Amino acid sequence: MRVVRRLNTLRRDWLSWIPTVWLGVFFLIPFLVVLKISLSEATIAMPPYLPIFEWIEGSLLEIRLDFGNYLFLIDDPLYGAAYVESVRIALTATIITLLIGYPMAYVIATAREPRRTLLLLLVILPFWTSFLLRVYAWIAILKTNGLLNGLLMSLGVISEPLVILQTDVAVYIGIAYTYLPFMVLPLYASLSKLDRTLLEAAEDLGATPWISFLTVTLPLTLPGVVAGSLLVFVPAIGEFVIPALLGGNDTLMIGKVLWNEFFANRDWPIASAVAIMMLFVIVGPLMWLNRMNAQHEEANS
Amino acid sequence: MKLSRYTFPVMASVGFGFLYFPILILVIYSFNESKLVTVWGGFSARWYLELFQDPQILDAATLSLQIAAVSATIALILGVAAAMTLVRFRWFRARTWLAGMAAAPLVMPEVITGLSLLLLFVALDHWLGWPSGRGVTTIILAHATFGMAFVTVIVQARLRDMDRTLEEAAMDLGARPMTVFLTVTLPTIAPALVAAWLLAFTLSLDDLVIASFVSGPGSSTLPMVVFSKVRLGISPDINALATLMILIVGLGGVVGFWQMRRSINRRPV
Repeated sequence: MRVVRRLNTLRRDWLSWIPTVWLGVFFLIPFLVVLKISLSEATIAMPPYLPIFEWIEGSLLEIRLDFGNYLFLIDDPLYGAAYVESVRIALTATIITLLIGYPMAYVIATAREPRRTLLLLLVILPFWTSFLLRVYAWIAILKTNGLLNGLLMSLGVISEPLVILQTDVAVYIGIAYTYLPFMVLPLYASLSKLDRTLLEAAEDLGATPWISFLTVTLPLTLPGVVAGSLLVFVPAIGEFVIPALLGGNDTLMIGKVLWNEFFANRDWPIASAVAIMMLFVIVGPLMWLNRMNAQHEEANS
Repeated sequence: MKLSRYTFPVMASVGFGFLYFPILILVIYSFNESKLVTVWGGFSARWYLELFQDPQILDAATLSLQIAAVSATIALILGVAAAMTLVRFRWFRARTWLAGMAAAPLVMPEVITGLSLLLLFVALDHWLGWPSGRGVTTIILAHATFGMAFVTVIVQARLRDMDRTLEEAAMDLGARPMTVFLTVTLPTIAPALVAAWLLAFTLSLDDLVIASFVSGPGSSTLPMVVFSKVRLGISPDINALATLMILIVGLGGVVGFWQMRRSINRRPV
């Protein structure tokens, strides 16, 4: 009887089991595989790592765990520096994105229809065009003999061309440019909910525009600031395309390091260990986001 | 600095300029006869001709469009099933597992997703002899998986906002659950389904990192070809490609704006 009931619930839930099993196979299990390979030893073969479990004479299971990859990551200053640099670059770029995105979101939120819809669409549209091509566009602009330098030199602002491409500055610009919609949309959502009468009250009480912005608007839209910043910061940490195309050889970002370990050095175990360590760097901010969200929902209900 | 009522509009204009200046440059220079960006060599459609005569780019574009169409469709089906489960089927026992796994690919760095899927495919190949090498199939599976996460988020939001009285009315009139789903629920959320499919399609068409990990020899997607070209520097036929893409998205934007205006005007005040 019990088995029959079990089978019945399984039949009723078949629609739910399909996506669950799919994600289990193509999302969850892959991480276990990464974890396993990060603990195995590299070798020159295909696949280029030694098995962890091995049956000796068909009965004895030998388990060989190699923490050497992690020790290597800790030992070699390159990896530590890459993690710190990734966080620093992502953070700087996030702040720049916030400074560009806030006024845009403010103007959209205060615009009337149909202007508001039009401006929103203008923010979203570039997101639908190719990310790779939008990053590529900056190469022509930022090159030493590129458009920006040509423009500035013909205007007489500078006499020597600025070196921007293949520096961290180009990476900040690339991140701010490609992730701007992710910043503007949550900011817009919280700015459009702002109660304007509070600003009028502040003005009536003699607050200057700066004071009322800093003490009323900004604190009330802080959830939007946090949400938008995390939407930029978290993916920016693991970014590969932007540092690869706009950054220099000395731009150390962890996504690029992982890519090189895998494609150039063909060291799968080290690449896996880098991935596992990278997850920890990213999981921190995300847990914080979850907590913020939970608190926010609690305050709203 | 004084915060006048012009401060934000001026800064916002700078922001919009920042957003559209590079796109404008791509379009203008796609018509430049000269190969150099700083030199205007006169108006020319040369790079478009070159683009359409480049078999490598054309093959890659065809392959990418096929992969995007198939993977977006799989992502849509899986995503709708996941969203229905998360919003409606509260009794489903693995619901918390599904909720956690459905949102995670959104924040996962692409390099990790790519690496982990590749290692999975290699392991599966070793144990089951499937998917026997890497290529189009593995790219489709990978894209369907991360496209599904985006579909789930969009469809979930739409299902939550949906007016359920229509479904209840259909059920009161004796419709079976599957009939209600097909004739009431799906048509009601159709605009969200279109948006979700388009998003999954675009993300697949645009993906470089994951495809690079899970593709095999002979299955280079368009972003992979573009990346290997632009890594060596500016190549004007890529400007032409970008302009065509901008044109398509721009037309989509005009249609979208028109639709949105219509729905705003129709909304009762």
